[in-house]
Amino acid sequence: MKSLKARNNKLSNTKSQLEVLEGELFQTELPTFQTKTAQYGQPGLKPNQLEILQINMGYMCNQVCKHCHVDAGPDRREIMSQSHLQKCLGILQNHNIPTVDLTGGAPEMNPHFRWFVEEAHEIGVKEIIVRSNLTIILANKKYYDLPDFFKKHQVNVVSSLPFYEKKRTDAQRGEGVFDKSIQALKMLNEVGYGQVGSSLQLDLVYNPVGAFLPGSQAELEAEYKRMLKADFNIDFNQLFTITNLPISRFLDYLLASDNYEDYMEKLVEAFNPAALDGLMCKNTLSVDWDGYLYDCDFNQMLALKVDAPKSQHIDNFDLNVLSQREIITNQHCYGCTAGAGSSCQGSLI
Amino acid sequence: MSKDQSYYVPKDLKKFSQISEFEPKLAEKFFDWYGEVFKAGALSEREKSLIALAVAHAVQCPYCIDAYTEESMKKGASEAMMMEAVHISGAIRGGASMVHGVQMMNKAKKLSM
Ligand code: SF4
Ligand code: SF4
Repeated sequence: MKSLKARNNKLSNTKSQLEVLEGELFQTELPTFQTKTAQYGQPGLKPNQLEILQINMGYMCNQVCKHCHVDAGPDRREIMSQSHLQKCLGILQNHNIPTVDLTGGAPEMNPHFRWFVEEAHEIGVKEIIVRSNLTIILANKKYYDLPDFFKKHQVNVVSSLPFYEKKRTDAQRGEGVFDKSIQALKMLNEVGYGQVGSSLQLDLVYNPVGAFLPGSQAELEAEYKRMLKADFNIDFNQLFTITNLPISRFLDYLLASDNYEDYMEKLVEAFNPAALDGLMCKNTLSVDWDGYLYDCDFNQMLALKVDAPKSQHIDNFDLNVLSQREIITNQHCYGCTAGAGSSCQGSLI
Repeated sequence: MSKDQSYYVPKDLKKFSQISEFEPKLAEKFFDWYGEVFKAGALSEREKSLIALAVAHAVQCPYCIDAYTEESMKKGASEAMMMEAVHISGAIRGGASMVHGVQMMNKAKKLSM
C-alpha cells in the first residue's frame, strides 16, 4: 500500500477533504461544529496556557497504516531540518514549555532525532514524549538500541497498539505489525519501561479498527493489561483511547466503505460539551516539518495554519499573538468531542 | 407494500427514543432502566454487551444485532468472542428444542405397550 499522495488520490489534496467535511451532510442534516459549540456558549474556541509543543518531525514512516491521519509512509520525503529543530529548542527554552511531544511519521526516522532528544534533555524540558510506532525499533539494526536511548534520556514512550490481538491490529497497521510490536514491547519492558516502580513510562494507544467509537478507557485498559500479561507477559502504564478523526486515510476509508455519513452522525450524536475545556488544541501547538504552526496535528494535516497571520511560523513565533488567536475548527473536530472526548493523551473526561 | 419497503428499516433504529411520543411516562421509565441495566456492575459493560448480542440473535431482532455488534466492538470484543456469543444463542435455542425430546419420549413411552 502507498500513501494517498503517492497514489495521486484526490483526498491527498486537503481542499478536497475540506469539501467533504463542509459538504451537503452538514448543510442539510447535521449541525456544523461551530453551530454546535455555539449552542453551548462557545461560538469560537480560545487557547489556554501553552503546555505542549508537538513537533511533527516528518511524514516518513516505515508503516502505511490504513487509518493514518498523516498519510505517512516510506514514500513520504518531508523531514524537518536541523535548523528548524534548533529553533524549536529555542522556543521550548524561551517560553519554559514543560512538554515536547515528538511525532511523525516515525519521528525516529528523522536523522536529527537523537540529537534533538539529547538537546531537549540537556536544556531541561520536563517531559519528552515520543510517539513510537514500535516496529521502527526492529526495522533496521541502527534502531535496535532505541529502548536504551529512550531510557537514557527518560523519554516517555507512547505507542499504538489498536488491539491486543493480531488479526485486528494487522488489519489496520499491516501484515506482521502485531508480532513485531509485541517483540518491541518486550524490548522496552526489558530495559525497565512500563514496570511497577519504574519512572520509565510506557503508554499504549487504542483506536478503533473501523467505523466505530472507542468504549470506556478504564475498561479497555483493564482488558489490555489482563490480555497482554497473560498472552505475552507484557506490562505497560496507561492505555489512551483515541477516536479516529475523519480526515486523510481514515476519511478515504469511510468514503470507500460507505460509512462516512453514519460515522459523522455517530460523532455528532455523541457530542459531549464537557469535553470542550480539555481539548488538546487548548494547551498544545503543533509544528510541521517546514516550521509552520497549527492548533493541532489534525489541523496540520488539513493545512489549516493557526489564525495568527503574524505568527504562523517558528521564525516569527510570538506567544502573545498566538494566545490571542481563535482556534480553527471544522467538522473533523467532532472526533475530539465525542463520548468521553479524545486527544493524544486519551479520553478527556 | 412496494418493493423498496420493508418492515425493518435500518434508519428506524435511530428513532428508538421516539417511542416516547405516544407514551412519554412509561418510555422515560423504560429508558432510565435500560441505561442502568447496561452500566458496569457485577458484570462488565463488555460482558453485558455480549449477552445482549446473544439474546439479540435468539429474539432475532435486526436492530439489536446491529446495535450490539457495534457496542461489543466498541467495548473491545473480538470477532471470536462475538461469534461464541452467537453460538451460545444457537446452542440454547437448539438445546431448548432438544430437551423437549424427553417430553416426547415420555409421552411416546406412555402411549406404547
Ligand atoms: S499511523 Fe503512525 S505508524 Fe501508521 S503510518 Fe501513520 S504515522 Fe506511521
Ligand atoms: S481537531 Fe480537535 S484538537 Fe484539533 S482543533 Fe479540532 S477540536 Fe481542537
